[in-house]
Amino acid sequence: MNPKVKYRVGKSKMVQAFIVMLAFLITLPLLAIILYIFKEGITKINWTFLTHLPKPVGESGGGIANALIGSIILVFVAAVIAIPIAILCGIYLSEHKHGKLAYWSRLCVDVLQGVPSIVTGIVVYFWIVKPLGTFSALSGSIALAIMMLPIMIRSTEETLKMIPFSLQEAGLALGLPYHKVILRIVLPCGVSGILSGIMLSIARVAGETAPLLFTAFGNPFLNTNIRKPMQSLPLLIYNYATSPYDDWHDLAWGAALILLFTVLLLNIITKITTRKWNIQL
Amino acid sequence: MEFSIKKRARHSYQQIKAENFFRRALIIIALVMVVLVLGIFLTLIIESIPSLKSLGIKYLWGKTWDPVNNVYGAYPFLVGTLLTSFLALIISIPFSFAIAIYLGEYNPKGWLSNFLKNTVELIAAVPSVIYGFWGVMVLVPIVREIEIKMEILPYGIGIFTSALILAVMIIPYAASLGREMIKMVPSPLKEGAYSLGATRYEVIKNIILPYSKSGLLAGVLLSLGRALGETMAVTMVIGNTSLMPTSIFSPGNTMASVIANEFTEADHTVYLSALIELGLVLFLVTVVINIIGKSIIKRFTKE
Repeated sequence: MNPKVKYRVGKSKMVQAFIVMLAFLITLPLLAIILYIFKEGITKINWTFLTHLPKPVGESGGGIANALIGSIILVFVAAVIAIPIAILCGIYLSEHKHGKLAYWSRLCVDVLQGVPSIVTGIVVYFWIVKPLGTFSALSGSIALAIMMLPIMIRSTEETLKMIPFSLQEAGLALGLPYHKVILRIVLPCGVSGILSGIMLSIARVAGETAPLLFTAFGNPFLNTNIRKPMQSLPLLIYNYATSPYDDWHDLAWGAALILLFTVLLLNIITKITTRKWNIQL
Repeated sequence: MEFSIKKRARHSYQQIKAENFFRRALIIIALVMVVLVLGIFLTLIIESIPSLKSLGIKYLWGKTWDPVNNVYGAYPFLVGTLLTSFLALIISIPFSFAIAIYLGEYNPKGWLSNFLKNTVELIAAVPSVIYGFWGVMVLVPIVREIEIKMEILPYGIGIFTSALILAVMIIPYAASLGREMIKMVPSPLKEGAYSLGATRYEVIKNIILPYSKSGLLAGVLLSLGRALGETMAVTMVIGNTSLMPTSIFSPGNTMASVIANEFTEADHTVYLSALIELGLVLFLVTVVINIIGKSIIKRFTKE
């Protein structure tokens, strides 16, 4: 072979090897994080850990029951607020591809997706916490709901756009009113895509801390009243991880393991279902 | 007979009413999105008026931040934010482009590329507080060792450590967008180059990268937007000092981390309002970056 060609082919091979190496280096930090958290966290998790409240400083043991229940309540209320709004907005955007309102609405959804979570926290503080005069789980849920909206709206819009228009026409031709065509025909066809959007957004906000700092605030005791401050897993990890006490670090490791695996599991389930039903998100 | 006609008329009247109600509800919800974003913007402006009034525009250039003596200057935080974000961007770009090229060109199908794709998506899914916790416990000691070897003050925490964590966190954004963009390069172009005798590397360098460069840029912009607004992981490892950072290894603060740390402690109006003004700056910058990024993507996908 001509030496010049040899050199070029060799260079191409070298570059390819280099790029493959760089690309696969990314698996290292993820593996390192998962393995380290697993190693540290698995020894802390037992029945007491899941069912008891954190002990005060100096006493070892205790658990994170308040954060577990708090996280579930916070995310559940957020989902209840966000799902109807997101689905209706997704319907509007998929039905009106052009038009002024649709354009601005779509732009605002894009903007909302980029808003830093801490800014959402500040704004909800002034909307809910200050008028009510107390930190509350409700305000935390509203902040989380605002963060869930863009993901859900996008997945609803994209899913509904792919449903053939002839389906809608058939319904209208039978004399069905518009809302029944949308709610009984179009929406059920896209239910799998919408559901995976919901799961994805739940997975995303379950680990959010920043918007909860000034809203749900955290609470060392068990609380199920959404008008009072409430603890959540990410808040607990943040507070205990930055504390100087080893007992609290232990609680944080256990909580981190539970949070990490819940979030990753939700993501993997979503991925498997979207692949099974062939949904593009 | 007459009765049933009446009944039917009433029924269809109700149907039409419900239909109109539904249409109106859709429009209202679409409006709610616009109102929500405008509301966020206006709230931030209104709440930062006290600081805008008493500190003026030179607030952003003030070099000292001393709430006890009522002196507020946001310059250290601006520098901290820009340093961490751009450092993170520089570290992450080789990796995210490598992933984009690998998944988009070298190996777009098969289990190995699926594995890498899923890994990248899971990296985006890990909560930022967990990155922060891991950073404090694992990365900080490692960086401290390096700093001792380099014979500089071994803080461990600081701007460099936060940039490392941020880099890992933002790789997925540029990588997955870049992959989409590289996949969209028309194959006749590539085939033309191959038939002229180009090697794989030459095709990537001369055809694929120039063709998809605006798309790759959009991906980088979106990950920059993420990096600027990222709060928890950075707050946990940056060291939280209001002093001006002297090097990339010194502790500092970013706009987001100073808000997270001091918002609930801010005890008088100007202090609180100065923090909110930082939030306003953060909001405006990320919104502009996101809109530019998204419009580049839109133009690129239309072509």
